[in-house]
Amino acid sequence: MTLIKHELRQGWKSLAIWTLSIGFFIVICVMMYPEMEGEMEEVSEMFSSMGAFTAAFGMDKLNFGTLIGFYAIECGNILGIGGAFFAAILGITALAKEEKERTAEFLLSHPVSRNKVITEKLIAVFLQIVIMNVLVYLMSIASIAGIGEEISWEELGLLHLAYFLVQIVLAGICFGISAFIRGNGIGAGIGLATVMYFINIVANITESAKDLKYLTPFGFAEGADIITNVDLEWKMVAINMVFAFIAVGMAYWKYAKKDIR
Amino acid sequence: MIFGSRYIYEKGNRMAAIKIKNLTKSYGKARGIIDINLTVEDGEFFGFIGPNGAGKSTTIRTLLGMIQVTSGEARVLGYDIQKESTKLLSEIGYLPSEAVFYSGMKVKDVLKLSADLHKKDCAEERKRLCERLQLDVNRKVDELSFGNRKKVAIVCALQHNPRLLILDEPTSGLDPLMQKEFFDILRERNEKGVTIFLSSHILSEVQTHCKRAAIIREGRLIACDSVEELAKTNAKRVSIVGEVSIDALEGVRDKKTEQDSISFLYSGDVNTLIQHISKADIKDLSITEPDLEEIFMHYYEAEDK
Repeated sequence: MTLIKHELRQGWKSLAIWTLSIGFFIVICVMMYPEMEGEMEEVSEMFSSMGAFTAAFGMDKLNFGTLIGFYAIECGNILGIGGAFFAAILGITALAKEEKERTAEFLLSHPVSRNKVITEKLIAVFLQIVIMNVLVYLMSIASIAGIGEEISWEELGLLHLAYFLVQIVLAGICFGISAFIRGNGIGAGIGLATVMYFINIVANITESAKDLKYLTPFGFAEGADIITNVDLEWKMVAINMVFAFIAVGMAYWKYAKKDIR
Repeated sequence: MIFGSRYIYEKGNRMAAIKIKNLTKSYGKARGIIDINLTVEDGEFFGFIGPNGAGKSTTIRTLLGMIQVTSGEARVLGYDIQKESTKLLSEIGYLPSEAVFYSGMKVKDVLKLSADLHKKDCAEERKRLCERLQLDVNRKVDELSFGNRKKVAIVCALQHNPRLLILDEPTSGLDPLMQKEFFDILRERNEKGVTIFLSSHILSEVQTHCKRAAIIREGRLIACDSVEELAKTNAKRVSIVGEVSIDALEGVRDKKTEQDSISFLYSGDVNTLIQHISKADIKDLSITEPDLEEIFMHYYEAEDK
């Protein structure tokens, strides 16, 4: 528990900044909806006739004229990318920061086993992601209620659940990498999240590459699919969760015998 | 026997606080430590001497389980360093050569965190130590000077009343008054039975405080004995003022020549020396015991030959 508390205390500023930034943009986005609503039909038409670009963002399947359709694309991208970066940074710095900032010697000269360090750090990462998502979800609901739109609870809940799961997968994979590196992994973390995001876009555009969707958590967090099916592709979720579990397992394996400098 | 069960350790009259057997750590091409054998008895004030980069910190970090052993084994307070490092760490206090803490934390929070990680309430001892070392606990660690950070590390190492203290270059950054206070605290702890393992390149420190010491050089232990014995060599420091040539003399080392004086370590026959210099015109002569610094050089040079 000591380490979890310590991690949360160390990370709260960063958590607050990310939560407020993502929440702020989502609220702004939602607030823009009433103004755009009237023009949405034209926008929808325009968006659905942009060929590959339309497919890339799933805009061929969505109705921009409804709030949830608008929300899935606009706010979905903010939470999707912002949340992914946040989770990747949390994961990749979790273990590596101790060596980079040279606090590992302080930490590991105390009677805490390496396994305990990993477990408590993992829980702290998980809790921070949960806190960010719950707060952003609340801000989102409040803003939708604020503009007087009806809340499609199921769709909204599924969208947020999907992005939460994307973050869990990315954080897990980055956590695994964190055990192997000593330096600042933030660049690598953001890079990985970005690559994952673009793999999904490539899979959306290119018919022959559509199975690539299974290799990125963004594959199951496609706003258009979620709103259309009112469900997640659980197979994709499961496959990506397996990646995350393997990465976390590797972290335990590697960190147990790592030479700390 | 020592490497038997922990039970035997506790039954024995004198338990070894540290027992290292053929310990080797290699880092690929870079040198680590090679085949170290060393025993520190319970309650000892032990010195571990060597210049920077000789392997002192590597030895210590291996004992603490921070780096993996390549071969050999070691027990600290009877615990296997590889299998029981958590138990071991709960009973020792470690002072790193360069103390780094979590940025943004206040001194008191760092000290509390350290106590919490030990699962001990160390409030009283912490207060006592902070007062003695004049440490302001309300400052942020980032604002502290090197010496003050060292004080924080000292409190972290001592507040949970460990049975063994492992100190890596403990006095660097501390002013002389604080050094004195620090060594007073160490002496008090040692008198209460705490074993102290002091790693240092400052020989006078070891000579003043330690009873026994080991010398490490390029990853190998080259000597281990009582400080008295280590300092006891047949070499003498000879200083002569006057016109004298010692080129023909054997057993001369560390020769320092100035305008009309010469100083050297002499390990040959004293009679030969007297006969040799009796022919010269000497204004002043002194023959003294070398200090540990010189002995240290002697060990280092002896290895080179």
